[in-house]
Amino acid sequence: MLDDLAIRLRQNIGFVTTIVLFCVFYLLYNLAHPRGFTSAVLVQNSDEIFGLAMLAMAQTVPVLMSGLDLSVGAVMTMVGCFASHLLAGTAGGTPLHLEIFGLHLGLGTFPGGTYGILLGMIVCVAIGTLAGFINGCVVVYGRIQPIIATLATGAVYIGIALFLRPTPGGKIDEDLNWALTNSFGDFAATVHIFDDGAAGWFAPFAWIPVPFVLLMLIALLVWVPFRRSVVGRAVYAVGSAEGAAYMSGLPIDRAKIAAFTLGGFFAGCGGLFLAIQTSSGNADIPQAGAYTLNSIASVVIGGTSLLGGTGSAIGSIFGAMILRVISFFFRIFDIAPLLQPLFEGLILLAAVSIGALGMLRVKNTLELFR
Amino acid sequence: MKTMNLGLSRDDRPILIASLFILVILVAGTAYTIARFGSAPLLQPAYLLQQLQIGAFLGIVAAGMMIVILIAQIDLSVPWTLAAAAMMATSIGGPLAILVGLGVGLLIGLVNGIGVAYLRVPSMIFTLGVNAVMRGLMVAHTGGYAPQTTATGLMRSLASERTLGIPNALFVWAAVSVLVVVILQRMPLGRYIYAIGNKEAAAYLAGVDTRRVTVICFVLCGLAAALAGVLLAGYSTKAYQAMGDAYLLPSIAAVVIGGTNILGGRGRYLGTLVGVVLIVLLNSVLSIMDMPEAGRQVIYGLVIILMLLVYGRGERVTN
Repeated sequence: MLDDLAIRLRQNIGFVTTIVLFCVFYLLYNLAHPRGFTSAVLVQNSDEIFGLAMLAMAQTVPVLMSGLDLSVGAVMTMVGCFASHLLAGTAGGTPLHLEIFGLHLGLGTFPGGTYGILLGMIVCVAIGTLAGFINGCVVVYGRIQPIIATLATGAVYIGIALFLRPTPGGKIDEDLNWALTNSFGDFAATVHIFDDGAAGWFAPFAWIPVPFVLLMLIALLVWVPFRRSVVGRAVYAVGSAEGAAYMSGLPIDRAKIAAFTLGGFFAGCGGLFLAIQTSSGNADIPQAGAYTLNSIASVVIGGTSLLGGTGSAIGSIFGAMILRVISFFFRIFDIAPLLQPLFEGLILLAAVSIGALGMLRVKNTLELFR
Repeated sequence: MKTMNLGLSRDDRPILIASLFILVILVAGTAYTIARFGSAPLLQPAYLLQQLQIGAFLGIVAAGMMIVILIAQIDLSVPWTLAAAAMMATSIGGPLAILVGLGVGLLIGLVNGIGVAYLRVPSMIFTLGVNAVMRGLMVAHTGGYAPQTTATGLMRSLASERTLGIPNALFVWAAVSVLVVVILQRMPLGRYIYAIGNKEAAAYLAGVDTRRVTVICFVLCGLAAALAGVLLAGYSTKAYQAMGDAYLLPSIAAVVIGGTNILGGRGRYLGTLVGVVLIVLLNSVLSIMDMPEAGRQVIYGLVIILMLLVYGRGERVTN
């Protein structure tokens, strides 16, 4: 039993290190923070983490099959811009229109009210999923390398985002913003469940931040079942040896499309949340690029190999959290803002280099080439 | 079936198709300008030379990027290598400016190469980290503002003046191109580069010091980016924040459109040249058409996908 645990620990050493590292960092952060260990700090942090955590999950799935998705930031931005049109929550509904090449097209009215908002959220996530599905189809049926294919589709998605929001703006329903970016107690009070959050049994849970709950739900209800499905296992198999996976009769094409589609779903969730959090849509190209690059960094820090085949989306969530906690430290320790980008870069470099130091011990040089 | 191929090798087809596409862009663009303005600027040598002068910066970056892509790596540190070289060159000034700028590029390339070749960190993530560090260093150095220092006379003359009616930048681009072609076609280093791109383990067993070659490739890419940065600073008379951001993705796109395999080991430099010209002309036609940024991005993405669908399709994995 104990041996079993030791083996499991050794097999998942990267994942375990990530979790321990995050726990240490976050404990230090809370100790140093004047209002540490309070629900308010926790809520604020999880709001800032959620977007990147979703993108890190989105990036993980293609990376597991040794692809790379350079369009995750673009999908997130595009979905955010859609959300800023669809989630205004005006009682009478939101009129939609499209201006393209000087033409003015009316597209009817998008329903308002609670059901309108729910429908809008579903549509937004569906758009993200569709974008991922298109990525998958381009990669599988176009037989184009994922990194280049998603570079190109990413440009298209950013273009669509710019069509929708040439300048930042739009509006998100205030109640929705309030309900999703605060503690669970506030959520219950806003959507009127559990006696408006005043039920006695509910009190011990009221401090939990809603984004944290959402992250757990998405991880448990979407990632875990996928990981255990045939398609999910095929994704891992394709990542470690595509030829062997093909010879074993695994559904390679379906696995690839599913990987990108799931990535699109996660990125869509991230974009939806970011729009809700900022109450606006913003087709910000540098921001989209930064999110994409940070998602790759999160995946690597989270213990997933860029060569594919090993790792998990849960590890990437922790990778994203570590990246974010590091930037929280800058606020606490009053590091000059001008030096922050330098520290971020150095920490990223140090993290990946330390993981690679084992390479210097390898005796047979041939083992280095994979 | 060989006669059906018209004697075209696998590497020539992309170049031919991309060249045809350049013609299509020229014809379509000219048709548009004649219909709308009654003139054909795209066919005037002066206009084309001016566009190529701007394209020279992208061309030089793409030349370095191609070498790194050929060994199945990638260099994402190009944006801030370019900016750092430009900023250092302008802040040093004097006769040493260009040398200092190139030195910055060499140093960054060396760090990239050591990290990728000896620490075996995937280049995708290591160069990303180096890019972040360089950005941090430059932000700390400049205070986050555009530096007040200006480019030296030599930098300006190389980037924006003309000799015999031809922009000097084109001569620099031509020199870089000749150098790259000589390396790839005529030197052992070129053979090693293609060999590593095909199968690093095999190249190693054949006696190639693959790690040293990898370092050299990253140094070359760093130097190319730095040269482009120095020239760009000369062209706009000074260095500015994020001046390199517009060069990363187009340079990768140019290399890939030119038929170089993103997985390394295959591709000709002529293709990269054609890819650069294609992207530059596409950009200038879109700006003549007053295309908003949104439309540009969409067309840009669709063109890359279209070109690759025509000739970039990989083989199916069947064993």
